[in-house]
Amino acid sequence: MNAFHLAFAYLRFNWIRSLVLVLVTALILAVPIISQVLLNGSRAALTDRADATPLVLGSRGSQLDLVMNALYFSEDRAEPVTMAVTDTVWNTGLGLPIPMNTAFETNGSRIIGTSLDYFDFRGLEVADGRGIAVLGEAVLGADVAARLALGPGDTVVSSPENLFDLDGVYPLELNVVGVFAPTGTPDDEAVFVDIKTSWVISGIGHGHDGVMATGAEGEDIVAAASILEFNRITDENIDSFHFHGDPASYPVSAIILVPSDERAGTILRGRYLDPENPVQVIVPKDVVGDLVDRIFRIKTLLDAVSLIIGTAALAAIGLAIFLSYRLRAREMQTAFKLGARRGMIVRLLAAETFILLSIAGVISLGIVLAVQSRGDTIVAWLLAT
Amino acid sequence: MIEISDLSFAYPGGDFRLTIPSLRLDAGEKVAVVGPSGTGKTTLLNLIAGITVPDNGTVHLGETEISKLGDSARRAVRASQIGFVFQDFALLDYLNARENILYPYRITSGAKLDGAARTRAANLATSCGLGDKLDRHPGALSQGEQQRVALCRALVMRPKLILADEATGNLDPENKSAILDLLFERTAEHGASLLAVTHDHDLLPRFDRIIDFAAFRQKEVAL
Repeated sequence: MNAFHLAFAYLRFNWIRSLVLVLVTALILAVPIISQVLLNGSRAALTDRADATPLVLGSRGSQLDLVMNALYFSEDRAEPVTMAVTDTVWNTGLGLPIPMNTAFETNGSRIIGTSLDYFDFRGLEVADGRGIAVLGEAVLGADVAARLALGPGDTVVSSPENLFDLDGVYPLELNVVGVFAPTGTPDDEAVFVDIKTSWVISGIGHGHDGVMATGAEGEDIVAAASILEFNRITDENIDSFHFHGDPASYPVSAIILVPSDERAGTILRGRYLDPENPVQVIVPKDVVGDLVDRIFRIKTLLDAVSLIIGTAALAAIGLAIFLSYRLRAREMQTAFKLGARRGMIVRLLAAETFILLSIAGVISLGIVLAVQSRGDTIVAWLLAT
Repeated sequence: MIEISDLSFAYPGGDFRLTIPSLRLDAGEKVAVVGPSGTGKTTLLNLIAGITVPDNGTVHLGETEISKLGDSARRAVRASQIGFVFQDFALLDYLNARENILYPYRITSGAKLDGAARTRAANLATSCGLGDKLDRHPGALSQGEQQRVALCRALVMRPKLILADEATGNLDPENKSAILDLLFERTAEHGASLLAVTHDHDLLPRFDRIIDFAAFRQKEVAL
């Protein structure tokens, strides 16, 4: 106990040095465990989501970008396809196409414009409020609602896709009508709207006043000198909202395909095998499987690097402790002259090391547990960025 | 109290050899050791304390022939029977005055750090004018106060012998006199003997006896 008493007094008096040693040691202990926890979480999140998504259809290009965007709502996304592709699949009767427009975001969360089929497909259940019914309504993922402290009755505003967008696409204020129950998937971090609402955000559809038909057949349209475009869809102005252009040309970031059966899936895949076709169908499980394999091959390398860095850092800590003991040679000599019992010095140094390692271990454990408890959120964030 | 016979000691590889045919220090006696640097004064203290072992001869501390004891036994004798006062005080900066005084209890075996020991430490500190400074660390004490703490540490285990190595060497004249007063008073109070190495000739008349290492190394000069 005397050794621990003296050791603790020394560490407390030299608290800055002790703090640095403890934090560095804690990080050395925690980082490999955290990386393992997050990698395991990432693997589970990646594979679970990919396994649950039979096919994804989108613009030909990076398969990984297409999967990451369609499944994990990452920022990187391929060129959009058109709504006509969705219609084509629908007309085959081979499966259910679920269009997704992921071009916009709000408060750091991606806005997912989709059809109601998506919610059934993902098993999303409204925990508070109700589902989407009309244009301009949004349902929040559980984590978004918790983070922004929002619920039914509140509003969120879409962020412009590009600050320098001169097309003049106005931010749209979305009416929050519900919050989904947590799922532990990227859906918790997303804001869901009807796909038509996402087209309003993109400026394809809009509503405004100051426009009237003068002719009896309505062929003569007169606009007021200043047209006020609505940036929120309400019961009063919803009828003024309309879309321009051919609906078949409206953009879709990706389409989740749910084939009727295995044969239908094979047929659908076969239809988009032609490399000249600007549209491709991919199996997320295969793409993610490749990605996971690569990640874990890289992890082997990272483990080796971590081991080297950890060894070097521990050697540096050992050197710092050794130099500290050299600096304390006078103290050791005094203790010896005063008759310190044999082994007292060793016990004192061992007690100091034990205290440092114990505190570092507890901090490290705390960090690991904290990361573990928020693992799903961190993994979702890592996959989305 | 201390009896040295036919002692000789040389550091390995060194030219210097300390030879003391005979030296005796009685209980309660206050003896000064003087002489130029390098003549073996500190070595003498180390031999008496069992920190170093003579090549030849014997060192008796009371009935115990310390020069024949093993390392652990010599440590135990040092802890229980000898108090050290150093020129540079040798206080631990991370302990406050109270803990510095109690430090011997923390590092030695055989003596329990109990309430009585704590009371004794507090009384010693009060008698040395440190009563209100026990919670201060050495960095917040003057040099004179630090040496008082060191003196209390040397006395707290109630040793039979105090070995002072240039105990006043780092102090101003006023503190020198005060510390020496305390050293004499407290050692007398505890019935301990005092063997003090010093370069300060002004203080010599206050000792019972002087051992001058200058000319004779072990010549005793009776006052």
